[in-house]
Amino acid sequence: MSDYQSSQFTSEIIEEHGLSPDEWVRAVEICGREPNLVELGIFSVMWSEHCSYKSSKVHLKRLPTEGPRVLLGPGENAGVVDIGDGLAVCFKMESHNHPSFIEPHQGAATGVGGIMRDIFTMGARPIASLNSLRFGPIDHPRTRHLLTGVVSGIGGYGNCMGVPTVGGEVQFHEKYAGNILVNAFNLGLVPANRIFLGQATGVGNPVIYVGSKTGRDGIHGATMASESFDDEALEKRPTVQVGDPFTEKRLLEACLELFERNLVLGIQDMGAAGLTCSTFEMAGRAGTGINLHLDAIPLRESGMTAYEILLSESQERMLLVCSPEQVESVRAVFEKWDLDCAVCGTVTNTGRVVVTHHGEQVVDLPASPLADNAPMYDRPYAPPEDLEVRRTLDESSCHSDDLLADLYALLSSPNLSSRRFIYRQYDHMVRLGTRVGPGGDAALIRIPGTDKAVGMTVDCNSRWCWLDPRQGAALAVAEGVRNLACVGAEPVGATDCLNFGNPERPEIMWEFAEAITGMAEACAALDAPITGGNVSLYNETDGVSILPTPTVAVVGLREGLSDESPNPSSAFRSNDSVVAVVGKVAGGTLGGSEFVLHKTGRTAGIPPSCDLSAEKVTSDVVRELVQGGLVESAHDVSDGGLLVALAECTGAHHGHHLGADIAWTGDETPTQAFFGEAGARIVVSFPADGYGAVQALAEKYGATLTLIGTVGGDRLIVSYNGHSITADLDEMYSRWDQGLANAVGVNQ
Amino acid sequence: MNVAVVTFPGSNCDDDCHYVCRSVFGATTIQVWHKEKSLPSGVDVVILPGGFSYGDYLRTGALARFSPIMEDVVRFAGRGGTVLGICNGFQILCEAGLLPGALIRNQSLRFICESVPVRVETTESQLTSALEKGRVLHIPIAHMDGNYFAKEDTVRGLEDSDQVLLRYCTSEGEVSDASNPNGSCANIAGIMNSGRNVFGMMPHPERASETPLSSIDGRELLAGLLGGSL
Repeated sequence: MSDYQSSQFTSEIIEEHGLSPDEWVRAVEICGREPNLVELGIFSVMWSEHCSYKSSKVHLKRLPTEGPRVLLGPGENAGVVDIGDGLAVCFKMESHNHPSFIEPHQGAATGVGGIMRDIFTMGARPIASLNSLRFGPIDHPRTRHLLTGVVSGIGGYGNCMGVPTVGGEVQFHEKYAGNILVNAFNLGLVPANRIFLGQATGVGNPVIYVGSKTGRDGIHGATMASESFDDEALEKRPTVQVGDPFTEKRLLEACLELFERNLVLGIQDMGAAGLTCSTFEMAGRAGTGINLHLDAIPLRESGMTAYEILLSESQERMLLVCSPEQVESVRAVFEKWDLDCAVCGTVTNTGRVVVTHHGEQVVDLPASPLADNAPMYDRPYAPPEDLEVRRTLDESSCHSDDLLADLYALLSSPNLSSRRFIYRQYDHMVRLGTRVGPGGDAALIRIPGTDKAVGMTVDCNSRWCWLDPRQGAALAVAEGVRNLACVGAEPVGATDCLNFGNPERPEIMWEFAEAITGMAEACAALDAPITGGNVSLYNETDGVSILPTPTVAVVGLREGLSDESPNPSSAFRSNDSVVAVVGKVAGGTLGGSEFVLHKTGRTAGIPPSCDLSAEKVTSDVVRELVQGGLVESAHDVSDGGLLVALAECTGAHHGHHLGADIAWTGDETPTQAFFGEAGARIVVSFPADGYGAVQALAEKYGATLTLIGTVGGDRLIVSYNGHSITADLDEMYSRWDQGLANAVGVNQ
Repeated sequence: MNVAVVTFPGSNCDDDCHYVCRSVFGATTIQVWHKEKSLPSGVDVVILPGGFSYGDYLRTGALARFSPIMEDVVRFAGRGGTVLGICNGFQILCEAGLLPGALIRNQSLRFICESVPVRVETTESQLTSALEKGRVLHIPIAHMDGNYFAKEDTVRGLEDSDQVLLRYCTSEGEVSDASNPNGSCANIAGIMNSGRNVFGMMPHPERASETPLSSIDGRELLAGLLGGSL
C-alpha cells in the first residue's frame, strides 16, 4: 500500500496505526491539516474496531433497544432498567478476549475490573457478576494454563472487590484453541433518579483525574483487540494491562461516596484507549470541549511522552467533572481512600479537545467527529462456501448402541459436567444477596429492603450459531428467557457480547448479520430489549476463526418474594412428586448436538430452529408456576438433551439426591429422544395433588404439558418405547461432579 | 447491644456484618473507619469483618494490623472486651498477636467458596454456650488463605486449654483429612484466646443467618455474642 498521501509519515507508520488510506484522508479532513503523531495515535484508538464499532454499527441498529422499563439504552457506559421502588439495575457485558489469550490471569482480571467500572461510573453499586468463557479442547496443550489462569483472574479480581460471581457458562471447542473468549458481565443497583452520565457539562468546570497513576501498560490495547492473531501475538504481552483490585475497591467506595453526596456532574472510566477515549467521549456527548494538561496527570514512571500518557490503558482510573466549589470536597474523599486526585483540565465551549504537555500544545482536535462520527462500513457479506458441508450429517452414523454409557460419557464431558471446580473459586455469596447462585438455571439475587430479586443468566450455543447463526442467536436469547423463567423472573432487558472472526471476510460478516437478525427477532418477541453491549471482532488466528459466539445475558425481575418463599430449585425435591415436561417432549434434533460432537468429534448437521411463540408460551407458563409455588423444581432442557437434563434434575438439593422413574413413547429413535436438542422445553416436578392447578395453568397459556414420571428412589430409570436405562445416582453424580476437575487434572 | 464493625481499606464483608447485626439481632451498629484512633465509647463487641484489607498485599492482615484503630482494638481486648474476627478479621487478629498462629495459603493454592460443615468443639465460650458440643453447623467459607497453621505445641496448648471453637468435619461430624478443605492444622476452623474474649474463625456466620440464604446455622453462633431471640 502506498496510497497514503502524507508529507510527514511513511505509509508504514500510518498502517501500523491501523488507519486505511481512506481513513487517513478523512482524518486529514477533520483536522484541516495532517494530524501530528500524537493525534495519529488518537485517531488510531478512537477509530479502532474496538472503540468505534465501525464494521458492526450498521447492523447493531437493528436490535430492539426500547422497553417499558428501559431508562437508558445503548450509548452510555451501561444500560439502565427500572425495577420499581425507586431503584434501577445497570448492567453490561464486555469481552476481554485478546488480552486473556496473551496473559490469562491479568487479561481476565482486568476484564472484570473494566466492566465493574462501567457499572459504578453510572452511580451504581455492582452487586453481581457473570462470565461466559470459551477455550480450545481440554486436552489442547495450552487449554489448562488458559483455563486456570482465566478462572484465577476472574476470582482474584471479583473476590477482592466483594462482588459475587453468581453464574456463567464455559464451553470447549477446537475453534477456540487459538482465540479464547472471556466475556464479563456485571450488574449494579442504583437509585433510579440518581444515574450519572459520562458527560463533560458546564463550561469552566474542572476536569479531575482520579484513581491509579498512569504507566506505560496497555498502550494500543484497543488496537490489538482489533487485529487478528498470528504467531507473534504472544510477544504482545507488554500491551496487556495489570489489574489492582485493591485500588479499584477503594476507587469504587470513593466514587460511591461522591455519588451519595452529589459531588459529580459527569464521570467516565478510563477503559480501552484510556484518557483519550474518556476525554473525547465526555466532551462529545455533552457537545463541549476539554482543555487537558498532561503535566497534571499522576504518572507511575518518569519520561512518559504525551503519546504514551494519552494512550496508556493503565487500570483503575476515572475522569470526572464537578463544579469549582466541589473540588475540595472531591479531593477530601479521594484523600480518605488514599487515591490520587488531580485537576487536569477544564470544560470549554470550543467543541475541541486541546491537550498541552510541557507548555506545548500537542493535540487540537474536534471532540465529536472523533467520538461519534467514526467511519462506518457496510462490509460485504455472503454465506460461507462450506455451509452445506457444515450442515450435512448422516444421522444414521450417530446412533447410540449403549445409551447408559453415552449418558455417563456426556455427563463427565468437559462441556456438560459440573462447573463446581470453577465456581468454587469465585466468592458467590458476599453481599448476602444470593438466593440462587452458580449451578442454577439462572442466578437470583435479592434486593435488600424490597420483596424483589433480580435474575440473570448468560447463554450461547455457539455450535448452533456456526451451523445457523440466525437460529442460534435467537435460541441464545430464548434460553436466557427460559432460564429466568425457571427462577420465576420476567425478562426486563439484555446485554450482548458479539464475538466473531475477521469482519473483512464476507462469510464472517454474514454470520454477524444473520446473528443480529436472529437476536433482534428473539429480543422483540420475548420482551428482552438490548440496553448495551460489546462487539469483539478479529477473533481469528492464522486464518482460523472462532465459532460465531453472540453471547447474551438476559436480566429479569422477580417480585413478591418473602423470606419464607422457597428458593427456586432445578433439582427434584420430594419423593413421589410428578415429573412433567412443559413444551413438546419430542422434536429434538441431533444436528449440532453435544451427542454428535461426542460420537463423531464433529460439529455438523442442521441445528434446532427457534420457535418463538413456543418459547414465549413455555417461559410464561413456567415463570408463573414457579412464582405461584406450584412446582418444586424447574430445569431448562439444553445442551445434551432430555436425558442429560433429567440426570441434572437428580442433582443434590440440600445434599440429597432423588432418583426418578421416567417413561414416554414417541416416533423418534431412542438416540433422538434421549439426546436430541431443542428449545422451548422445561422439566418440572410438583406434588401429585397439585396436578390440577399445573394443568389449568398450562391450558390457560395453551402450552403442552406431558407427564413423564415420578420422583423417588436412588436410581434414575428412563424408558422410551421400551428402550430403558437405569443409572445409579452416586455413580452418575460423581462422574458429573468430577468431570471437569478430572479433565483439568486436579483434585477438588 | 452496641457493635462496632471496623472498615479497613479492602474490607468487603463490613456491610454484611452491619446488616446482620442490625436486621437479624436488632443491635446498634457503628461503622468505624480504620484511620480512627479510638473506638466509640460504649461499644460491647468489635467485629473485624472479612475481605481483602490492603489487597492482601505482603501477607493477609499484615498491613491492616498497623491501621491506627488497631491500637485501641488491642487495648479493648486487653480490658476483656469481646472481639470477633471473621475470615480476614481472623487473619488480622493473628497478625496483631491477639490470637496465636497464622492463616497461610490453602493447600490447593486455589480460592475456596462453599458452605462447609464445622463441628462445635467447646461450649465454654460466648459464641457456643447455648450449643451442644459436637453439633455440626453448615457455614460458608470464602478464602484463599484459610489454612490455619501453628507450631505443634501451640496447637496442643489450644486444645489443652479448650480454646478450639470449630473444626472442619464431615456432615456426620467426623473430623478427617477428607473433611479438611484447606489443609488447616488439626482441622481448625476457629479459635479463641486464653482470656476467652477474642474469637477468630474462617467461616462466615453472617452468611448463614437468614432463611433465604444457604443456612441459618451461623445465626446460632452470632446469637451467643449478640443476644436477641432466635
